[in-house]
Amino acid sequence: MLWYIGRRLLQMIPVFLGATLIIYLMAFYTSGDPILALAGDKPISPAVEQQLRAQYNLDQPVLIQWLLYLKSVLTFDLGVGFNGRPLFDQIAAAFPTTFRLAIIAVVVETIFGVIAGVISGLRKGQLIDTTLLMLSLLLIATPTFVLGFLAQFVFGLQLGIAPINVGRDPSWQNLLVPGLVLGGVSFAYVLRLTRTSIAETAGADHVRTATAKGLSRGGVVSKHILRNSLIPVVTFIGADLGALMGGAIVTERVFNVPGIGTLLFSAITSGEAPMIVSLVTLLVVIFLLSNLVVDLLYGVLDPRIRYAK
Amino acid sequence: MTTTSVTPTPSGAPSGASQPLLEIKDLEITFTTSSGPVKGVRSANLEVYPGETVAIVGESGSGKSTTAMAIAHLLAKNGAITGGHILFEGRDITHVSEKEIRVLRGDQVGLVPQDPMSNLNPMWKVGSQITETLAANGIAKGAEAKKRAVELLEEAGLPDAQRRAEQYPHEFSGGMKQRALIAMGLAARPKLLVADEPTSALDVTVQQQILDHLDHLTGELGVAVLLITHDLGLAAERAQHLVVMYKGQVVESGPALELLQDPQHPYTKRLISAAPSLASRRLVSSAERAEIREQAQESASSEAGRGAETDQDAVIEVQNLTKSFPIRGKVPWRSTPFLAVDDVSFSLRRGTTTAIVGESGSGKSTVAQMVLRLLEPTSGRVLFEGKDIADLHGSTVKALRRRVQPIFQNPYGTLDPMYSIFTTIEEPMRIHGIGDSKSREEKVRDLLDKVALPSAMMRRYPNELSGGQRQRVAIARALALDPEVVICDEAVSALDVLVQAQVLELLNDLQAELGLSYLFITHDLAVVRQIADHTLVMEKGKVVEQGTTDEVFHSPQQDYTKRLLAAIPGGSIPLAGAETIDVEAPVGLADETGGEGQGGPDDIVDPFAQAGHV
Amino acid sequence: MPSDALKSRRPRTEHWVAPLAETPLQEVDAADTSGTPRSLWAEAGRSLIRNPVFVISALLILFVLFVAAFPQVFTGMDPRHGDLSLANRKPDAEHPFGTSRQGYDIMARTFWGARTSVIIGFFAMIGSTLIGGTIGALAGYLGGWFDEVISRITDIFFAVPLILGAIVVATRLGEMNLWTVIAVLSVFGWTNVARIMRGAVISTKSQDYVTSSVALGASSPAVLLKHVIPNAIAPVIVTATVNLGVFIVAEATLSFLGVGLPTSAVSWGGDISDARDALRTQPSMLFYPSVALAITVLSFIMLGDAVRDALDPKARKR
Repeated sequence: MLWYIGRRLLQMIPVFLGATLIIYLMAFYTSGDPILALAGDKPISPAVEQQLRAQYNLDQPVLIQWLLYLKSVLTFDLGVGFNGRPLFDQIAAAFPTTFRLAIIAVVVETIFGVIAGVISGLRKGQLIDTTLLMLSLLLIATPTFVLGFLAQFVFGLQLGIAPINVGRDPSWQNLLVPGLVLGGVSFAYVLRLTRTSIAETAGADHVRTATAKGLSRGGVVSKHILRNSLIPVVTFIGADLGALMGGAIVTERVFNVPGIGTLLFSAITSGEAPMIVSLVTLLVVIFLLSNLVVDLLYGVLDPRIRYAK
Repeated sequence: MTTTSVTPTPSGAPSGASQPLLEIKDLEITFTTSSGPVKGVRSANLEVYPGETVAIVGESGSGKSTTAMAIAHLLAKNGAITGGHILFEGRDITHVSEKEIRVLRGDQVGLVPQDPMSNLNPMWKVGSQITETLAANGIAKGAEAKKRAVELLEEAGLPDAQRRAEQYPHEFSGGMKQRALIAMGLAARPKLLVADEPTSALDVTVQQQILDHLDHLTGELGVAVLLITHDLGLAAERAQHLVVMYKGQVVESGPALELLQDPQHPYTKRLISAAPSLASRRLVSSAERAEIREQAQESASSEAGRGAETDQDAVIEVQNLTKSFPIRGKVPWRSTPFLAVDDVSFSLRRGTTTAIVGESGSGKSTVAQMVLRLLEPTSGRVLFEGKDIADLHGSTVKALRRRVQPIFQNPYGTLDPMYSIFTTIEEPMRIHGIGDSKSREEKVRDLLDKVALPSAMMRRYPNELSGGQRQRVAIARALALDPEVVICDEAVSALDVLVQAQVLELLNDLQAELGLSYLFITHDLAVVRQIADHTLVMEKGKVVEQGTTDEVFHSPQQDYTKRLLAAIPGGSIPLAGAETIDVEAPVGLADETGGEGQGGPDDIVDPFAQAGHV
Repeated sequence: MPSDALKSRRPRTEHWVAPLAETPLQEVDAADTSGTPRSLWAEAGRSLIRNPVFVISALLILFVLFVAAFPQVFTGMDPRHGDLSLANRKPDAEHPFGTSRQGYDIMARTFWGARTSVIIGFFAMIGSTLIGGTIGALAGYLGGWFDEVISRITDIFFAVPLILGAIVVATRLGEMNLWTVIAVLSVFGWTNVARIMRGAVISTKSQDYVTSSVALGASSPAVLLKHVIPNAIAPVIVTATVNLGVFIVAEATLSFLGVGLPTSAVSWGGDISDARDALRTQPSMLFYPSVALAITVLSFIMLGDAVRDALDPKARKR
């Protein structure tokens, strides 16, 4: 078990380094001059340009730049954005909102996804299963932003119970509908994953043995089917939390939520490379961490790993 | 209906003792599959009386397991009882509701399932799976149940039960898991225990111990046992009454001994003549074998075109072969070496068969891999015609491959599902650039003919063939390059009894005709008699005993060999024209920690489960 | 022997034999040469055709492909011609779907948009499958150090989510065109194909028929190409099919965020983004491209499901 954890941690290091390097390279080097982007339409004097370059370390060789960048990330000293405010502050202000959004999405996808998946898996082939399956396909096929508009239309315009524009007030209440939208596709995946897992486990030998012992149907389902089939689902949901934080960009744009996604979007449109890099790095780190937590969780939940010889 | 040897009873005696515990009358079971309804059981009739052991014997597809599972309504989802009746203690339970049958499960009818690997829930401790049985049948709860569970495990013969009950299934060996399953099956003291091939996945010495123990337990408790098995010898040894099933019907039933000594139905006769544990004792076997060997050696020397003195040539010689694998320890850089093969030496003479016999973990397959040059030895040499095969490189290795060919165990994995039978057999010729397309087709036809398959099979695909047919295709493929040595790695172990006999006969015929030399790897000592001239017994990587097959059978020197012989099921039943195996098995527990893989979660999940998830 | 010791309570011990007429003996392991030979692919094909999900999705896809190839059949208008004076019209006789804020005819945009999506989806699928398939196959087959290194690289690319990676590149490249979008999607979308291929190759290479081939003298690359890959490719096909749909959604998302194709290119995602603020006033601007997008993606994902059911050996009852 300890070896299992250790190995996972060790594997994460090169991945983190590699990912940040790629992001850094892409953001600063694919094309265009970030300093010119900063300047915008205004021409700037060579002296100012020189100073800005030094400020953003662009006068150093690439690898040094990257290492300096890593250092700044690890010490949370991200520098200053194009608008003058410290990047860290801007990000810290927007982070809780997006986190709230992601939490709502995860709760929705977990509760509804698992319940629907269990029903579907136990009643495989019947009408309810086919219906739920079609629903999941529709959700996967529809892009999040379309779902978002649909939700705005139905909940916002027609029913008038939720604001289309979250804007200044990202309370739990107002984030409910956006959270639902964000979790929509994930719900579909959880449903399908649970369904497959349950359907497979239901036909397993040890389930038949449990039935042969005289257990009630409920007992067999809860103790032998659910317990075994939920591990892949739990691990998926754990990893999804990390993925959702990055995927929120679309939902935030649709509902005008002042979170990290919106921050990222404005950085994109203004070409503000340092902000882009910081945000994407943050999201990647969160993604890696959530994957790591999931791997650890797997080790804890599955006795074959926990008590490996 | 033909009835013989009826023992008269006081007529019409309605005494309690003469009421059958279980009655199955004209049972019909149908499965709905994508290709229409299939009758798994056409008409089964049998009775089980209190306290006795009845064995249902049959090959796969005979309906024996299906019949047994139907009793407690444990059929698969697509199966249903479509005719006939099942009576338990006089009550018709064929179509009772789920609630009512649940009352019977556990404390009236118990189950010991077949595969110990997959029948315990890996997520729960072993002890809790037994307490679960107790609780479900209203026998005990909580702390009392825990205590009782430990007692039951002890009763089933599990050593150190207190500690073991707190462990998870993956920490148990196969034999221990089976004992746990037996404890589970008997936990609620059922009147009838259905034992579905309870030991077929285990080594033969472990098998014997567990079955002995089960016999003893059920005798003590007065539990009736319905034993399902494919092994006629085992059935005769363990049951009082035998029922033989074939293609969904009962073809013969009667007292065990009588059935074996005086079979009436042609199918039963076939089974008896083919069952290795019984056939191996036929005095005829060794005579037949000697004939084949003579013919083979003649063919071999005429093929080689050499003189008589080379008949005694060792075509393959193995000298001090050793293989050790590093096993990762608690810390990554500290690994303990595991000696899979330890100083093994033997030689294979041209035109003969040498068998290597061993239970799981004996290292026999590893030896085969090294002889095939698929694995590098840690030390020692393998000589082919006097030359060390480790010295060969590149094209000389390829040349070696032409002369030494393998046949593997699993017929369902041995043929590429994407290739037609023709392409599969033709492949070796294409690889070595032999002949043109016309001559290759001729050769494929010829090979199919040799393995007794119609040439129309050429255009077919493996998924349309049975296990035995696939194995025959594998033999044809192995012979395509006209090899001199064929390594049979458990080549018949996965086949049904009658098919196995057929393939063994084929192998013998081919050896006589082509002068082949066989290295025959098997765990079944009984099969060895029918095919091998020379036998090696391996245990834990070492060669324990070596000699001619007759010597090993008649005068085993080592304890381990004696134990193996004594464990052959039905060995001591007297049959006409056969000798009995009278070996004093040394006292002591068989080693149950034999190397089944500790199946843990794979790093790779089934790809299809992930396919389509982004 | 147990039977000696135990006194059976059986009243009569009778030896019963079934009449031979009712239980005829058949030849042992007879070969059945009736019927036409059927390979696994042929069988999969047969079960596919019988699957209603497949039939529906196939029809939908054919329809979408037809629209992509011949949008002129459905609309006479030029999707790139924007007449501001005709902007924001509600659906009427001349413009059945209405007009957009730039004055484009929405019906034209909707039908011509199919071509963009299909091309991007298809080529991104090809690109990602080639990259991921090769990487995964090599990692799985060669194993050892090579596998470790490749797996870490895969993890690195996996850690950068498709949209985010595409955003960063798109920003730096400035204007995107059809081929840069395809390239970006391929470069960030190959990781799941690689993982599936690696898993399939690892489980295939341990099969006996692979060992037999090696023992017959086949070279290592020959074994990989002729035995391992053909048998490992089934789940990869399923993934690639679903990926096609996912890439179409991804392109739409990128266009929606403004980092995909420019407005001059006809893209459903771009159109939906443009129509953001028209939710209240003229929802048809959002509705038609959205429906077209959903139907197209749905058809590919359904196809992927149907293909998986046909190819997955567990699903087949044999």
